[in-house]
Amino acid sequence: MPEPPTFFLAHATAMTTPHINPKGRLQPRLMPRLSWMIGLVPLVWLVVRFLDVGLGVNPVEAVMRFLGDWALWWLLATLAVSPARRLPGCGWVIRWRRFLGLNAFFYAMLHLAVYAVLDHALDGASIWKDLLKRPYMTLGFAAWVLLLPLAITSTRGWMVRLGGHWSRLHRLIYPAALLAVAHHFWMVKADLRLPLAHAVLLALLLGWRLVARAFA
Amino acid sequence: MPFRWNPEIRPDEITPEALFRQRRQIMRAAAGLGAGALLGLDPWPSLAAEGKELPDVRLGVVTTNEKETPFLSATTYNNFYELGLGKEDPAKMAGHLVVDPWGVTLDGAVGRPGRVPLEELLRPHSLEERVYRLRCVEGWSMVIPWVGFSLGELLKRFEPAGSARFVAFETLHDPERLPGQSRDILAWPYREGLRLDEAMHPLTILAVGMYGKSLPNQNGAPLRLVVPWKYGFKSIKSIVRITLTEEQPVTSWNAHAPEEYGFYANVNPEVPHPRWDQNKERRIGKLWRQDTLMFNGYGEQVARLYEGMDLARLF
Repeated sequence: MPEPPTFFLAHATAMTTPHINPKGRLQPRLMPRLSWMIGLVPLVWLVVRFLDVGLGVNPVEAVMRFLGDWALWWLLATLAVSPARRLPGCGWVIRWRRFLGLNAFFYAMLHLAVYAVLDHALDGASIWKDLLKRPYMTLGFAAWVLLLPLAITSTRGWMVRLGGHWSRLHRLIYPAALLAVAHHFWMVKADLRLPLAHAVLLALLLGWRLVARAFA
Repeated sequence: MPFRWNPEIRPDEITPEALFRQRRQIMRAAAGLGAGALLGLDPWPSLAAEGKELPDVRLGVVTTNEKETPFLSATTYNNFYELGLGKEDPAKMAGHLVVDPWGVTLDGAVGRPGRVPLEELLRPHSLEERVYRLRCVEGWSMVIPWVGFSLGELLKRFEPAGSARFVAFETLHDPERLPGQSRDILAWPYREGLRLDEAMHPLTILAVGMYGKSLPNQNGAPLRLVVPWKYGFKSIKSIVRITLTEEQPVTSWNAHAPEEYGFYANVNPEVPHPRWDQNKERRIGKLWRQDTLMFNGYGEQVARLYEGMDLARLF
């Protein structure tokens, strides 16, 4: 099982790191406070919907899909930061990278938690058997495992401690994203439109990096 | 093969007669059609029109005392790709499917082939309510009170040839009325099939209704198969052709992904699907998953059909 305390610590640290505004005009802590709320927007939307009209005939499946989709979208958004910051006037997006990445991990963790609790009633043996038996589950779990050290080492302290190794370690996001997209692809029975869109987006984001490196 | 079948249902599994009578009373009162039937009027005036109360349904086989799935759930959470890929799409798209008039072609190895208007096809059969568990290959399940009649009784009318060993079914192929067929998700029309002894089994029915009413379009109006011990995809919807064959017919999901969907597709907790763990299921309306039963709990009735077969290989 995940280690919520460590994660929450990492999340909290990231969110409260003061943003040093070069002109010193804005509230330095405004962005971290805001980002917390933005990260929770999908979750709040889910809860409101649940209380309002319910989540349909199979709510567990609906929640699971919702959390999985958002984990993947946060992850793709994280990967979009590097290309986006090269655009004129967009350098500021780098400040959001940690926030986006931590949200990817946060939603992936909730996704996994719903699966572990509601599908397997936290029965470790049953979960383990399932992870080994069904390849797409293996892929999804592997993606989450790869994100775990990234979430833990997302703090300023770990960046300093790891030095040059930090960016090398955080390249794990590439295999994690590939695994996550494959996990979704494999799960779908017939309608491949959404996983296909994710795959194309991921290919563009990773392809851009190859091209950028070739021309660097 | 013999048609009399003693289902050996435990007394507590049968709906109390008083309750059953009450149900019928409600249906009569609501529709006023029962009186019509008693007066010898055609009990099939417009069966195809969705949501009509069905007249004169007699209690058939109640195979479970589990709580019925709410009507709303059973009619808004459907896999019917011809009406959209999302679970809620078929209910929204249901208006496209015009089911009146409807005809069914019976052909292949039968003594009396031909295309029969639905009314004629149904006329000799009396309708029964059958409360069955429905287990989807995706790991969810429902309990549905179908209204239908024995497929075997129907097949007998058309005099299957001695050489017939399988029954093949086909859904309507009409992208106008089933817009999902304009996308190549599966090779349309949807096809399913049964071995003849499975088709003749007394649990196998053709349904024309559910919850005392004619079938909503999204549930496969006006005529669908229900085979309660097999995964839901075997129970083909909106049938226009029934063919007796000597060879095992091609079936849609099996052709699409043979390693995932077998021809038999018997509910079997021992044989996992690459995507869905088959030893448990989520009963719609419940939070926790429950154990999936061999043959969906109908082993006592159907296990003998598969004696000596390796069900892990012939899944």
